[in-house]
Amino acid sequence: MATTPVSTTTVSRPGLRDIRPKLSDRIGEPALKILSTAAGVVSVVVLVWIAYTVFHQASPAISKFGLGFVTSKTWNPNTDTYGALTFIYGTLVSSFIALLIATPTAIAIAVYLTELAPRRVRRPVATLVELLAAIPSVILGLWGIIILGPFLENHLEPFLHSFLGWLPLFSGTPSPYGMLNAALILTIMALPIVTAITREVFESTPRELKEGAYALGATRWEMVRMTVLPLGRSGVVGAVILGLGRALGEAIAVTQVIGNATQIKASLFEPAGSLAAQVASEYQGAVSALNTAALIYLAAILLVITVIVNVIARLIVRGRTKVVGT
Amino acid sequence: MEASATAITREKLSGNGPGYRRRRLVNRMMEFLSTFAAVLAVAVLLLVIVSVFIKGVSALNLDFFTKEPAPFGETGGGIANSIVGSAILIALATLISVPIGILIGIYTVEFAPRRIAAPIQFCLDILNGVPTIITGIFIFGLLVVNHAQSGWAGAIALGIVELPIVARSAQEVLALVPRSLHEAALALGLRRWRLVTRIVLPTAAGGLITGAVLGVARVAGETAPLLFTTSIFSNTGITTSPSQPLPNIPVTIFTLSESPSPSDHAQAWAAALVLVAFVLILSVSARTFHERSRRRLSG
Repeated sequence: MATTPVSTTTVSRPGLRDIRPKLSDRIGEPALKILSTAAGVVSVVVLVWIAYTVFHQASPAISKFGLGFVTSKTWNPNTDTYGALTFIYGTLVSSFIALLIATPTAIAIAVYLTELAPRRVRRPVATLVELLAAIPSVILGLWGIIILGPFLENHLEPFLHSFLGWLPLFSGTPSPYGMLNAALILTIMALPIVTAITREVFESTPRELKEGAYALGATRWEMVRMTVLPLGRSGVVGAVILGLGRALGEAIAVTQVIGNATQIKASLFEPAGSLAAQVASEYQGAVSALNTAALIYLAAILLVITVIVNVIARLIVRGRTKVVGT
Repeated sequence: MEASATAITREKLSGNGPGYRRRRLVNRMMEFLSTFAAVLAVAVLLLVIVSVFIKGVSALNLDFFTKEPAPFGETGGGIANSIVGSAILIALATLISVPIGILIGIYTVEFAPRRIAAPIQFCLDILNGVPTIITGIFIFGLLVVNHAQSGWAGAIALGIVELPIVARSAQEVLALVPRSLHEAALALGLRRWRLVTRIVLPTAAGGLITGAVLGVARVAGETAPLLFTTSIFSNTGITTSPSQPLPNIPVTIFTLSESPSPSDHAQAWAAALVLVAFVLILSVSARTFHERSRRRLSG
């Protein structure tokens, strides 16, 4: 640890000369203060600036379509009419399914890591799960196209169809690209975030409460149900919403696997669209200035949704856990 | 909690009371499900990594690292131009975000009163949650519309994605520097800027570096911010000037993955293998050092 060695002989009684700040101090002190304050201001300014620039670019579409954009299903570049409902639906449904799968899985993993796993494997397993978050989304998307897609088309979807085909969700013909593929890829992306925070929440369960439960004769599962789960509830909710924020905003992996359709289909097997994915897939082929503005209007809606979701999640999680490197 | 605790009555809890077998069975089942979930998550990670490895390694050879992409319709070639471009983009993004991020850390830990530091942290968390494609659109509107795509635009977009990661980890590490060091330095009459540059930063150096490495690992695979800023590039010749659009690995993988041709897919897998290896090595080593420096500072 770097401590500056000080010998007592060098500390002499300060004369007037020593009290007046040195030149380097007169420059260095305010310089660091100003620079670091400016950096602090930057972090706030960037956020506001992003919102301003996005809404400014979307303004031609906003003034043309107004709020009706949000409830209109039409997306037709040929007639230059645009509406966001298809993509809002796709974004919400794919993320919702992802969290529906990721949440119980993350809770189970967190219980395993805090209560069941031998001490030696806890750290490595936790690290491996968190490494899932490190895999670039474009690679998960590639994996979704070439490996997961054909598996869904040839095995999982026919299987689901034969058992649950009477549900509209599982009707229709199996296809490699679609809502289900996107939802599963998003599950993989959300899982490590939800797991990491849930694990930290569960780790903070007071030992006395757990021992109390055991002393009452509870089995391990009963102990978890009596102490860990009820105490961790708000933290887990925050973790899930944070994972939701991640899933809602994913553009690349989703555009690779969702099929980028512009219609709402009941079946999860069919191609669909999402806000971020539509922006990523169409902006290069945008046929008109209004088309581009409408795409950025989609991004603006996405920005509003994700900021709200993240604010809620952070308010819940704040103070409970350290920052997670995701 | 109390309700469920009282619901388990005394005789149910005694070792051979009625329901004991059922309770033990439920317990076993839940333990099994928990373990299964952990195994499943690790299996998915391995499945992705192993398929990238198997599919990628066959297309990987020296040409892949040293040659440019083959002309349209021909096979072979490499991604040398994307490797160079990505290296430049990541380096510039890191040069932008690391100094600003560390300064934000210094401001919130050393200078700012709590009622200002907390909102800044909050803003950083929200910024971290902004979808990266929106960061791309932001820079697109700022630097690309009315101008052209460029390496600078891409690097700045990546820098904004990297900033909250670096800044939050800097805050975390700087806050761990012992108060006693501050007090000792201030008691000796040190100015705050000297305290920061001579004592706080050197003490926290290890943690700051790992924070930066985690930031690099995160942005190395980012595609969305680059799609709007540096995705239209020529595949002939190696570009090193950031005022031109820079070819890069993530956009290359993205483009190849959308192609129907199997030889393009093989190239995409090989590029994915290079990227995944880079990102995983960085993440694992940063995490290892991170744990170590945290333990040293707090311990």
